[in-house]
Amino acid sequence: MGEFDFSVWGPSLPFIRDGLLFTLRLTLVAMSGGIVIGTLLALARLSPIAPLSRIAGAYVDLMRSIPLVLVILWFFLVIPFLTGAPVGAETSAIITFTAFEAAFYCEIMRSGIQSVPRGQVNAAFALGLGQAQTMIHVILPQAVRNMLPVLLTQTIVLFQDTSLVYAIGAKDMLKAADVVGKNYNRPVEMIVLSALIYFAICFSLSLAVKQLQKRVAIIR
Amino acid sequence: MNYHWNWGVFLEPVKSGDETYLDWLITGLGWTLAVSLTAWLLALAIGILIGALRTAPSRPLALLANAWVELFRNIPLLVQMFLWFFVVPEFLPRDWSLWVKQDMPAKEFVTAALCLGFFTSARVAEQVRAGLASLPRGQRDASLALGFTLPQTYRHVILPQALRIVIPPLTSEFMNVFKNSSVAFAIGVLELTFQARQMQEDSEQGIETYLAVTLLYFICAFAANRGMAWIEARTRVPGLIARTG
Repeated sequence: MGEFDFSVWGPSLPFIRDGLLFTLRLTLVAMSGGIVIGTLLALARLSPIAPLSRIAGAYVDLMRSIPLVLVILWFFLVIPFLTGAPVGAETSAIITFTAFEAAFYCEIMRSGIQSVPRGQVNAAFALGLGQAQTMIHVILPQAVRNMLPVLLTQTIVLFQDTSLVYAIGAKDMLKAADVVGKNYNRPVEMIVLSALIYFAICFSLSLAVKQLQKRVAIIR
Repeated sequence: MNYHWNWGVFLEPVKSGDETYLDWLITGLGWTLAVSLTAWLLALAIGILIGALRTAPSRPLALLANAWVELFRNIPLLVQMFLWFFVVPEFLPRDWSLWVKQDMPAKEFVTAALCLGFFTSARVAEQVRAGLASLPRGQRDASLALGFTLPQTYRHVILPQALRIVIPPLTSEFMNVFKNSSVAFAIGVLELTFQARQMQEDSEQGIETYLAVTLLYFICAFAANRGMAWIEARTRVPGLIARTG
């Protein structure tokens, strides 16, 4: 068994903090962007206009059947052709994750919208609300509340998946740990540290989601 | 920016060596299949065991099984790959550690398959537990009343039913295994994603490369889906599960 030297954790903390801030920023931007775009995609999928629903469906199926690492590589390659200028790994990562997660949030929102009883729609129409008003004021609020635990669980998955920006060298927490590990020649200790941080964050979040699930279940 | 298309790139030789890029992709597909299938068999074996333990009447066993699932679910797969590759060998006895680091054949493959197998086992366990929980309690009670021991009850009565119920969610897990195997590039397994990055750098024909690799992943996922559908049809007990599909 090799000699461990966990004293490297101390000097690594500023770097880990900066990396963790990027990881969190990526998670939050991809989550909010993903939920907004995902909801629009879900509406498109459920729309009676066949081409619209088919395009949205194809997009979602495509994203869900390709490995995320490959999606990250694809966007990193293709975005410069679309914008005409090279973009940094961090910007590319933010665009990729927003677009990728939108497909997953779309499926969650779609089942959320479908979980709202048909009578709610009829009642809203009977009260004189228009289609858009019904969606915004009656269906979506209920859909989001029903799906809140699932949306949050998906966000925990998203938080873990952001580590895959390693493939294009974006400076997230794992990359920071990697760099410090190489500089101090202590890669093992730094991998352990990043695993502990990921576990602590994800485990406490998933416990919180479980609590929330109980509450939502009681309200329903 | 203008892109120079070159669909003949796959038959061209790589810059250093006499292989073609197609050879690289075929090698990549081989390793992707090897890692995914090994990991899947491991995940099924461990996942069914852990899933069954989570419903067992023994509290310590159920706690242990729950801890297993939480451990593998709350650390990113990429970090788990690094843990298995760099950290686990340090915790082995000295002689083993040296052997693993220096002499173990196909070290990257074995590590990736073990890692992905354990990671997936937690997800399989979750499905198996849900399947067991969905069975009517009377099945277990009746079996115990007939004189089966508890292990026999699991083996002959409730697991066979639960496993049939969870084939659809297991199908998507099986498809996930192929997708997740792409993370193995990070520890140097020469699988499809590794080859894609290598070929993109070497040939500078990124779009053709990624299109080909995307197509190969599609084929894997489709084959996995059909394979599980075949198993589902073969193992169906008429009348047990109402839904057909």
